[in-house]
Amino acid sequence: MTFNMKISAAAIALAVGVSGTLLAEQAKAQDAGQYVPGTVYRSGPYAPGGIPWANGYADYFKLLNERDGGIGGVPIIYEECDTAYSNDKGVECYEKMKNQGPTGASVFQPLSTGITYALIDRVKADEIPMITSGLGRADASDGTVFPWVFTLPVTYWAGADAIVQYIDQQEEGSLDGKTIALVYHDSAYGKEPINTLEYLAEKHGFKLELFPVAHPGLEQKATWLKIGRQIRPDWTIMWGWGVMNSTAIKEAAAVGYPMDRFIGNWWAGSEVDVKAAGGVSKGYLSAQFHGAGEDFKVLDDVKKHLVEKDLNAGPDEEVGDILYNRGLISAVFTAEGIAKAQEKYGQKPLTGEQIRWGIENINLDEARLEELGLTGLLDPVKLSCADHEGGGSVIIQQWDGENWKPVSDWISPARDEYLRDMYEKSAADYAAEKGIEPRDCSKES
Amino acid sequence: MSFLNAFFVDPFVQIADYPLFFIEVVIGGLLSGVMYSLVALGFVLIFKASGVFNFAQGAMVLFAALSFAGFIEMGVHPIFAFILAGIVMAGVAIAIERVVLRSLVNQPAIILFMATIGITYFLDGFGQTLWGSDVKVLDLGIPQTPIDVGGIFINQFDLFAAAVAGGLVLVLAIFFQKTRIGRALRAVADDHQAALSVGIPLKTIWAIVWTVAGLVGLVAGAMWGAKLGVQFSLALVALKALPVLILGGFTSIPGAIVGGLIIGVGEKVAEVFWGGAFGGAIEDWFAYMLALVFLLFRPQGLFGEKIIERV
Repeated sequence: MTFNMKISAAAIALAVGVSGTLLAEQAKAQDAGQYVPGTVYRSGPYAPGGIPWANGYADYFKLLNERDGGIGGVPIIYEECDTAYSNDKGVECYEKMKNQGPTGASVFQPLSTGITYALIDRVKADEIPMITSGLGRADASDGTVFPWVFTLPVTYWAGADAIVQYIDQQEEGSLDGKTIALVYHDSAYGKEPINTLEYLAEKHGFKLELFPVAHPGLEQKATWLKIGRQIRPDWTIMWGWGVMNSTAIKEAAAVGYPMDRFIGNWWAGSEVDVKAAGGVSKGYLSAQFHGAGEDFKVLDDVKKHLVEKDLNAGPDEEVGDILYNRGLISAVFTAEGIAKAQEKYGQKPLTGEQIRWGIENINLDEARLEELGLTGLLDPVKLSCADHEGGGSVIIQQWDGENWKPVSDWISPARDEYLRDMYEKSAADYAAEKGIEPRDCSKES
Repeated sequence: MSFLNAFFVDPFVQIADYPLFFIEVVIGGLLSGVMYSLVALGFVLIFKASGVFNFAQGAMVLFAALSFAGFIEMGVHPIFAFILAGIVMAGVAIAIERVVLRSLVNQPAIILFMATIGITYFLDGFGQTLWGSDVKVLDLGIPQTPIDVGGIFINQFDLFAAAVAGGLVLVLAIFFQKTRIGRALRAVADDHQAALSVGIPLKTIWAIVWTVAGLVGLVAGAMWGAKLGVQFSLALVALKALPVLILGGFTSIPGAIVGGLIIGVGEKVAEVFWGGAFGGAIEDWFAYMLALVFLLFRPQGLFGEKIIERV
């Protein structure tokens, strides 16, 4: 063997040794953890809303690792991929992350109705649960047709129902002859509440006026001239996102429309929207499925274990903001699904199929919420094989110029009266179109 | 039948029944049009001087607004922040000329256009890396509430924006007509070769014109930022300027103004009175359709230069 050959052999041996050690270390680390992917958006036109959600989502897993050593002693391996709120990038992130970690991805939360639609068939094929909290398609609440998709704690249809319930309360139980306008993002997302509102318009006798706003919603003067100066509806509901929200609030103010008669859904009711609109947004209302502010035990823990150690993902003052809290709540759903699955399958990294069982058995009752430090931040949620929504509630909040303040109690959407029937009918149509044989939940353990 | 009614009858009945409302919509459209013109001016300046369609103008508006709001957040007084942002935009313009344009002299216009697409993505990303992606509130102290003029509501902010746009056009007119650099810019715009032959430095002129376009972008960014908050979506205001350019012509400053006004009024009147016939949300595509209709009769745009090529 020549000197050069010896050097080469030594280099190869060293490389093999080093890479072998690295691989072994990596495998060891992976064996020790539950892989949770984060499909978030910190760039693109919707980044101002995506960033606080992503920070809340990341912080909860970090809190579990710091405070509890993970879930049931299994550390969380959290990794992010930036979708920029684009469907193709969302699918790319999904494909990149679905097989990561010792047991593959635990749960996907796409944070986009468009990406949700793009992933429905893929998560089914790959057997990975997908949670779409406060977004996505409402009929996915029917777990018999959508076994891998979860809509907890509320859907857009349930949100629209709760908003009309609130308006009905304010009008002392009589909406007959009133006019309610819906200003909506002209997309699949924005159109989601229309069928519910049409049903309620017929039931209560109010007139529904529809105002689509073309993406991205930078210019809405014509829409608001019509609403504010011509039709003057008694109430206006908004299903918007991004710059559309603050623009709508400003244009509403510009035509003198009263803010306390203007209710946004949960994607049109964060600090990002009202602060960007400035002082005119005082009095604006929004529907939420979780509380606002930082007076919750879980956020005390975030401050103690993350903020004080400078381990939080975003700025300190963001803790307690609407979208931060929503990201954190969404992470709670993922974590609770994993924790529940560990009760059945053991404290080890689990597969997507095992975690699906966990999510279907989530029971966040008052006692469990208290245990997790979530009392007041979330109303109880209980899922099952067939019910993937879990019966969550909605609360109406008002911007006082500085903070969001609740102006209603928790409102329970009328699922038993008609929403559940609507979910099931829509899901059955989807199943027929796709040739899906619904699950028989009576046979599930 | 209901469509025909909604298209041919209802709008005219509404206009006849509520003439004051119609006037309010027209005024609202004019004031929106001014905001579009502010963005369109930046495109015109660069196209006029270099024949390049600057795809990056929207990104420049965003970058300028981010810098302006960013300096204010750092505690700089708004006037100094505006000056600093202007200096930043001059720096960006010089960098673009040195790094991108200089090596592309004499290349076909499509190459320069493609280069501006690259600049767009760079500025979008670099701006957010530098200043963050959060919404920045830009409070210039302009009231946002309406004033009642004989039963017609007019937004004070829109009036202020119209005054700013008018002032900007005046400054640009003086700059182009009365200054030496302005005359050189016009000479380059008329004929590159002839301008070079009389000793006008093309590269310097390009740097100047990109700087001026950057400053116009700063004014547009400040106004749109004060209206919407400074955020990534500001880059998309360029989409509102494109029909204005198609209609007004790519080489005319008065064209950008008049085009903006026509587009503003056209899309607002169409949305309010004819939107119902189409299910609403027609103003964006209607603006482009209106511009294309004008092109049928004036292919160079209302004020564009007529191109005559001898064969």
